[in-house]
Amino acid sequence: MNTLEILFFALSALAIVSAVMVLISKNPIHSVLWLILVFFAISGHYILLNAQFLAIVNIIVYAGAIMVLFLFVMMLMNVKKDKEPQKQLLVKLVGVIAGGSFLTLLIALVKQNTSFNGREVLMKEGSIGLIHPLGQALFTDYVVPFEISSVLFLSAMVGAVIIGKK
Amino acid sequence: MPIEYYIFLCLTLFSIGVIGVLTRRNAIIVFMCVELMLNAVNLLLVAFSKMNYAAAQAMSPTTTAGIDAQVFVFFIMVVAAAEVSIGLAIIVMIYRNTHSIDINFLNRLKN
Repeated sequence: MNTLEILFFALSALAIVSAVMVLISKNPIHSVLWLILVFFAISGHYILLNAQFLAIVNIIVYAGAIMVLFLFVMMLMNVKKDKEPQKQLLVKLVGVIAGGSFLTLLIALVKQNTSFNGREVLMKEGSIGLIHPLGQALFTDYVVPFEISSVLFLSAMVGAVIIGKK
Repeated sequence: MPIEYYIFLCLTLFSIGVIGVLTRRNAIIVFMCVELMLNAVNLLLVAFSKMNYAAAQAMSPTTTAGIDAQVFVFFIMVVAAAEVSIGLAIIVMIYRNTHSIDINFLNRLKN
């Protein structure tokens, strides 16, 4: 087992354990902190795939901006952990069974599909994840969607202010 | 690294998100589980882009095949950021009106 595989499995275990902890921790603040750990593990996966730009953007946008917004809203509301009513045990059990059978179905489908056999993912090499090729693609082929997304941001900003004001 | 490993990892993360949406009642936790599902899909897109790049690089070394997927992931992150700002504003409004973020309170919307 080489270093790459050890890193892959360690990051995967970290991501899955943290994702489970998001679900089972009672305090919502702890859930947010575990979710930040999931995002850091996914950024580590991006670095392993040599998608450096996306790794940095994932940390800045998700762990930096979005999760801070979540923490801010949660502290603003001051939600007590004992105030959150728990769902009945039956509903929880049905939810876990439904999600588990969904996972089993998808894994069975992937295992049955032969078109993925022997397809390798290129790790730690390849230049398409660097800033220069991505920037060139973004500002030549994808310049119209880029500008439209700025309009989307403007409308989201105005919408958030209007919703929050009254 | 075989592509199946990435597919299984992302399916597991996605299913954990689905279970969270189905079992939790706190609206913010449900929202966070949606973010978790989005991130699982992003990771799978990047893995598939590197898989296609590896196949195309064998033909020509200077190819940029697979770069579209990474631009796509960038746009998914942009839309997710906009979605979170609106969604959290809506949750704050719900809390201000009902003093609770229990999603079961929202069944009064049907009246």
